Amino acid sequence: MQTFIIFKYAFMDYFRSRRFFILLLITVIIGAILTGVIGYFRPQSVLSSPLSFYSIWWGGTISFIVILSAVFFGGDAISGEFQNKTGYFLIGNPIRRSSIYIGKWVAALVASLIMIGMFFAITAGNAIFYFGYSAIPYQFLESLAFVLLYLVTAMGITFFFSSLFKTNSMSILVTVILFLFVFSIVQTLVANLAGVEPWFIVTYGASIYSNVLQSTYPAHIAAQNSARIDPRAFNSTLYYATIPEGITIMIVYFVFSTIGGLLLFERKELT
Amino acid sequence: MPDFSIEAVNLTKKYGNFTALSDLNLKLEGTKCVGFLGPNGAGKTTTLKIFTDMVRATSGRALINGLDSHKDKKTALSSCGALIEVPEIYPSLTPREALTMIAEIRGVPASERKSSITKVLEKVKMAEWMGKKVGKFSKGMKQRINIAAALIGDPHVLLLDEPTSGLDPRGMSEVREIIKDLKSESRLIFMSSHILSEVSEICDEVAMIDHGRLLAYGKINDIVSKFSGKDESVIEITVTKDLSTVTLNRIRALDGVSSIRALGPRRIDIKLVGGPSKQEKLLEKLVEMKIGLIVFRPAASALEETYLNMFKESV
Ligand SMILES: Nc1ncnc2c1ncn2[C@@H]1O[C@H](COP(=O)(O)OP(=O)(O)O)[C@@H](O)[C@H]1O
Ligand SMILES: [Mg+2]
Repeated sequence: MQTFIIFKYAFMDYFRSRRFFILLLITVIIGAILTGVIGYFRPQSVLSSPLSFYSIWWGGTISFIVILSAVFFGGDAISGEFQNKTGYFLIGNPIRRSSIYIGKWVAALVASLIMIGMFFAITAGNAIFYFGYSAIPYQFLESLAFVLLYLVTAMGITFFFSSLFKTNSMSILVTVILFLFVFSIVQTLVANLAGVEPWFIVTYGASIYSNVLQSTYPAHIAAQNSARIDPRAFNSTLYYATIPEGITIMIVYFVFSTIGGLLLFERKELT
Repeated sequence: MPDFSIEAVNLTKKYGNFTALSDLNLKLEGTKCVGFLGPNGAGKTTTLKIFTDMVRATSGRALINGLDSHKDKKTALSSCGALIEVPEIYPSLTPREALTMIAEIRGVPASERKSSITKVLEKVKMAEWMGKKVGKFSKGMKQRINIAAALIGDPHVLLLDEPTSGLDPRGMSEVREIIKDLKSESRLIFMSSHILSEVSEICDEVAMIDHGRLLAYGKINDIVSKFSGKDESVIEITVTKDLSTVTLNRIRALDGVSSIRALGPRRIDIKLVGGPSKQEKLLEKLVEMKIGLIVFRPAASALEETYLNMFKESV
């Protein structure tokens, strides 16, 4: 199977790359800082229950690792074949382009899974230290499952942009700006100012991984009416995606970005 | 023996308004080496890229062994090795790994992979670098690996885009020897180049292209005599003994010879008036003279003259 061949060698290349090492280092450093700070200060808000522990430790950090992984491994996965001219080595062979795309996608995903796995291990290790062996509630595993779905989706979107642009810097830049700024800004604007549920934003759907870590799953719409003078200006509505909604949003993003990315790559010319 | 072929049918490629390739029709068949000549920007690389599905033709078809290289990419390219432009290899892979990847993609059976990779790496004199990371290689070393990659799986059809570019003089001559070797192993080789001496040394035929249009295709001799204006050809000969003045004068006096030019003590260009029959006579006479004739071929300078004539107006 040609997809598997590409996966094997692309993963080998990722695994040996400097960026793999750097990202692993970043993950370990984040884990070490959390371990140190919480071990030293022992804040009550974190250690009061396993759920609040996970909510802060895992819920507050993991999306950063997901996005970094997607950008590190997916940002130039396809554009690099063109800009770095490695495509000239591969594409003239009897292989379908989709096999190259999917093989590299899987390789990037597996490389990212190592990062998530590493952070999962650090998180669980600390949880066991504070709460004992019974300290892995089902919500954490649920959250892990949603994080993995988020990773799949984020990687799909990154690959789409990597397929769309011809240069690595462009595709990386667009992905980073989108995930770190645009999505959250639009989400806030739409929800707070327009009072519309941001169901079309992937990060909104993805946030179910942290929602499940709250002691009771938040209500779909939580109005925070703090306005006295002008009720319209300060009327902010908080939306929380429900689990089926979140899963659907992520799957839809993944499916469309992957189909789009595949089509773009299929048509892209090596010039 | 199966017949190999490379065929362009009404092949046209436009980049926006610019026509890089205009209705190219060319059929190469059998086992031989065909040089693809033309000035920079003529459309050589574009043609080879269409044959390897790197760019899409605007219209027309590119067939390898009768199969469309876009629609039936996997089967069409399964017996075709290609080296287009200057490929890069994933820098953290070693030549052994990179070539194993290609061997796997090309469906070389697992039991033969190792030996075939060793064989091609020895051919390009890179066997001792087999286990080192490609990322640290020089341009010339990488190009040797790229040539090796094109040879994996013993493809019958080879598409080479300026295969000696980026190599030092010794590398160039080694690659020429490799291609000559390959030619003797019954293959169809289509090779672009702008080094005329290289083409006349290696190739049996040439296709000449300019502004995306095919100007001529045929045996080098035929092209030279057809386009040199007069019915004239230049033959280069090499002999095993130094040529004395007496011998040179005897050659000069042979039927059809208009002039000779020494290239070295054992190498001369002979300018000949008359068609292929005159060439045949000349060869017979030279053999009869027992001067130790070992090479008799169209001179590089003749091709160059033709080339310069043909592309005078362009550029
Ligand atoms: N991506 C592209 N966009 C526009 N023009 C291009 C592109 N690629 C090649 N060309 C043009 O097509 C022509 C043929 O190029 P090429 O096939 O590379 O020539 P060569 O015979 O030197 O290999 C050139 O004039 C080149 O400028
Ligand atoms: Mg070229």
